[in-house]
Amino acid sequence: MIALGQHWEFVAASYGGTLAVVGVLIVWTVLSARQAKARVAVLEAARQTRRAQ
Amino acid sequence: MTGFFAVIGRDLRLGLRQGGDLLTLVLFFVIVGVLMPFAVGPDKTLLARLAPAIVWVAALLAQLLSHDRLFRTDFEDGSLVLFRHAALPLEAIVAAKLIAHWLLTCLPLIVATPVLALVLGMDGPAFRLAALSLVLGTPALAGFGAIGAAVTVGLKRGGLVAPVLVLPLSLPVLIFGTGAFDVARLGGSSQALLLLAALSLLSMVLAPFAAALALKISGE
Amino acid sequence: MADTHAKTVEPGWFTRIAHPGMFMGWSRHVIVPLIVITTLAFAVGLFYAFYGSPADYQMGDTVRMMYVHVPSAWLSQFCYAIMFCSAIGTLVWRHPMADVSQKAAAPLGAAFTALALFTGSMWGRPTWGTFWEWDGRMTSTLVLLFIYLGLIALWRAFDDQLKAARIVAVITLVGAINIPVIKFSVDWWQTLHQPASVFRLDGPTVDSSILIPLLVMTLAFSLLFLTLHLVRMRTEITRRRIRSLEIAQARAAGDAA
Repeated sequence: MIALGQHWEFVAASYGGTLAVVGVLIVWTVLSARQAKARVAVLEAARQTRRAQ
Repeated sequence: MTGFFAVIGRDLRLGLRQGGDLLTLVLFFVIVGVLMPFAVGPDKTLLARLAPAIVWVAALLAQLLSHDRLFRTDFEDGSLVLFRHAALPLEAIVAAKLIAHWLLTCLPLIVATPVLALVLGMDGPAFRLAALSLVLGTPALAGFGAIGAAVTVGLKRGGLVAPVLVLPLSLPVLIFGTGAFDVARLGGSSQALLLLAALSLLSMVLAPFAAALALKISGE
Repeated sequence: MADTHAKTVEPGWFTRIAHPGMFMGWSRHVIVPLIVITTLAFAVGLFYAFYGSPADYQMGDTVRMMYVHVPSAWLSQFCYAIMFCSAIGTLVWRHPMADVSQKAAAPLGAAFTALALFTGSMWGRPTWGTFWEWDGRMTSTLVLLFIYLGLIALWRAFDDQLKAARIVAVITLVGAINIPVIKFSVDWWQTLHQPASVFRLDGPTVDSSILIPLLVMTLAFSLLFLTLHLVRMRTEITRRRIRSLEIAQARAAGDAA
């Protein structure tokens, strides 16, 4: 394993925290993008049916 | 120029008409200052050391409460629309209102400082320094407060946003205001006061432009 | 007189960036390549961070925390610079993409500033003995975090997002002028209260074996930010489209009723 020395908990916590924050940012970004795309699709479909009438 | 003084006069007259509000502001200032000894304990030497900080924090908090009155009534009764189309530029009107605001809200605080000085055990020189630092620093507080007020004037649920925006901007004022009391560094005190004055000048120039811009945007 | 009729004008490069519809078009193709190079950069960076670089002779392996702390701190400033440029775009040109760019960047900036504080705190504990130290840099970063959070609060307080963008732009510009002032005053304050400063507040001395992983990680983080920012901008544009569609739908329902 990589030798992290005597303060390994802090190094681990830093990288762990970074991973957590970056992970949350990525997940949040992707989820909100997907949600917006789905909603727009629903609305566009409704608009098309309104136009067809 | 007469228009400029007319705006100052108008704001002063309107402010003094509702004198009760301003007295309440001074009362708040004094109460916050008096609150600290209850939290800290009646240790005289400790209080004397903390006194400048307490005075400054009380002034800062009182200022945060007061800046909403700068533009809200004008926004609500439509005067802001008149100001925007006046012959005098909106920046000048804001500057005039700021001067009146300082006279109405900061000057009473400075006048009330002896009460806090007494309660917190400040000696003569310390009190004079406190008053001087407030005179030099409160224009900066008023300026930054005006920016916060102009930005949130149109908001219905804007309540706490303005203080949250204004506090980081006011941090240097607090630092230099209380830094004037440090005697450990040679010349540190006068350096702090000069920096404080510079900050006030900066905000007196910056605030009317930023606030006028924000008011124009809010009014659309 | 130039021939002005019956000629389809090819959109210039500025319009291609500027117009929201066109932006959505070309940005879709940029995302996946961006993700790929971001991942690559992180892979290389992390390899160097843990295997390719030695422990610092003074600080031991704690120097490896620098490889996430420095990029986070850099991003907190870089993001504000992006917001600043976008704010100018909003106020001077009323550019709709500038609005979107500002709004998308703010939470990212807040997150990386918070991360910089956290990693800085983690680095501080073994180095200085405490989780928090009132030194110039940490304090200024904390104030920057409050500025970011204030901006986000301001965004959420407005119903009209177009007006919000311009108001937020004003505060962003005021903040940009104030941030150097705040930094200066905090440094001044810090030396005031510690006349004989005993802390070595600087990061590691920059040795080339440390510099390379640092640069690669900074690049990786910057690419990550740009990717996230791009996707969030697209989402924001979509949300504005949703809003106009919803309004149209409500109006149609009102007409039918």
